[in-house]
Amino acid sequence: MKAKISAKVKNAVKSFRLTRKAFSYPYILFLLLFVVIPLVLVLVYAFLDANEDLTFRNFVSLFTDGASLKVLLTSILVGIITTALCLILGYPVAYILSKYRAGKILVLLFVLPMWVNFLIRTLATKAIFVALDIRLGMGTVLFGMVYNYLPFMILPLYTTLSNLDRSYEEASMDLGADKLTTFVKTVLPLSVPGIISGMTMVFIPTISTFAISQLLSDYTIFLFGDSIQTKFSNNMYGVGSVMSLIMIVLVLLSNFLLNKFNKGESAGRNLW
Amino acid sequence: MVKKILEKSYLAIIMALLYAPIILIIVFSFSNSSNFRFDEGFTFESYISIFTSEQTPELLEAVKNTFLIAIIASVAATILGSIAAVGIFSLGKKMRRAVENVNQLPIINSEIVMAVSLMLFFVTFGFPAGYVRIIIGHIAFCTPYVVLSVMPRLVQMDPNVYEAALDLGAGPVKALFKVLLPILVPGIISGFILSFTLSMDDFIITQINKGAATGINTLSTYIYEDARLKGLSPFWFAIFSIIFVAVLAVVLLLNLKRSLDDKQAGKEAKDVR
Repeated sequence: MKAKISAKVKNAVKSFRLTRKAFSYPYILFLLLFVVIPLVLVLVYAFLDANEDLTFRNFVSLFTDGASLKVLLTSILVGIITTALCLILGYPVAYILSKYRAGKILVLLFVLPMWVNFLIRTLATKAIFVALDIRLGMGTVLFGMVYNYLPFMILPLYTTLSNLDRSYEEASMDLGADKLTTFVKTVLPLSVPGIISGMTMVFIPTISTFAISQLLSDYTIFLFGDSIQTKFSNNMYGVGSVMSLIMIVLVLLSNFLLNKFNKGESAGRNLW
Repeated sequence: MVKKILEKSYLAIIMALLYAPIILIIVFSFSNSSNFRFDEGFTFESYISIFTSEQTPELLEAVKNTFLIAIIASVAATILGSIAAVGIFSLGKKMRRAVENVNQLPIINSEIVMAVSLMLFFVTFGFPAGYVRIIIGHIAFCTPYVVLSVMPRLVQMDPNVYEAALDLGAGPVKALFKVLLPILVPGIISGFILSFTLSMDDFIITQINKGAATGINTLSTYIYEDARLKGLSPFWFAIFSIIFVAVLAVVLLLNLKRSLDDKQAGKEAKDVR
């Protein structure tokens, strides 16, 4: 009996020594407090009115209010156009770079500007537009978005394309396909994971960023991120929370797509 | 041949597009004007006015805050995240997956949602406005990156090394500091650098959580407050130029160092073989 107990104690001491699980507890607590509970609060506030009573009015008012709907539609439109432009401009860059031996260093030059604060780059572009007497509006907003997020498209595309097995192309050529067919049938399908990561890495920040569209349109175009900020600074927590919920759904959706196409690898997610 | 030239000029055009605003700002930072003209000729006036303008005290205060917050937040995030990585690594399979998924949330979530969710939390539970909120917010979005940069070192580590230290008579604490820590150091350092950069660069989370009444500004919120209404005064051109050059130099250096290290590592691996 005594031996049994002492063995148990010994075991407990041993397992305490060897399991360093306890090291994760402070951070788990931190994550619960400052990541999980705040997100749960967004969900809660979406169903509360100004008197903190349960209500669905926040959802109703968002989807029946013309101004809010317009913001939602404009955001999605700007997001889609920006993503498309970045893909069209960025794909050739990534493709050409992937063929160069010095591509690795060159691609760094393309993503370098990304490390400068986006507000600074946006204000710099705005100053140039103003100096050139270009009217601020949708055109300048789109330019600013593409300018800001093009590197986010080039990087994952380059990563995918440069890891691509070139023998597929050679095989296709050997079997008599011309260059265009080879590209469409081998390179393009194989680069889909890169395309998907690039698209989500451009689309989500484009619609959710705050300040770029205001600054570059002289406060005429507001996107989703601006609108969330405005709602919260006017103490409209309910509607703001509903909009945040929509944003969370979009983020989770795009992340799901990303995981589906990038099985096992996390293609440069750590960028925004 | 023609194709090569076309390819190169395409790269050049896109590159020019990306760098044009940066270069224009740097060039005209020597003009002491906001209208992109050299009316006064070449001058360092805009650089001098960083220290002599009536906004100098506010500006220096903002710079001080930026560094203060970045240092506190990144040190805290590095300690919290490094310890957490060791713990998470030894959790059971299911639990580890769950924690890693939650750890991923601040990274994939859009900044604005993270910012307002924190604000709701702080308001609901009555956290004092100001530095406390800002620093907690910064730690919350930096720590996941520290965990992610320390984790690969743990995965690559030979688990027997730690056990060997224990067998050879080192206590768990000694084994931790003498064996585990040195293996993790490169990951910890890159996690720290990443946290520091992210914190310095942050605008959205600071802007939403600083509270309008406190008057606390970091560099990015001060730029927003000052320049969004009246445009860029000449001294902003000078500050932007300094930031451009500093950031580009640091990132370039870090990357060059990393690719040199990779080369070295590759060479050593070859030698061993």
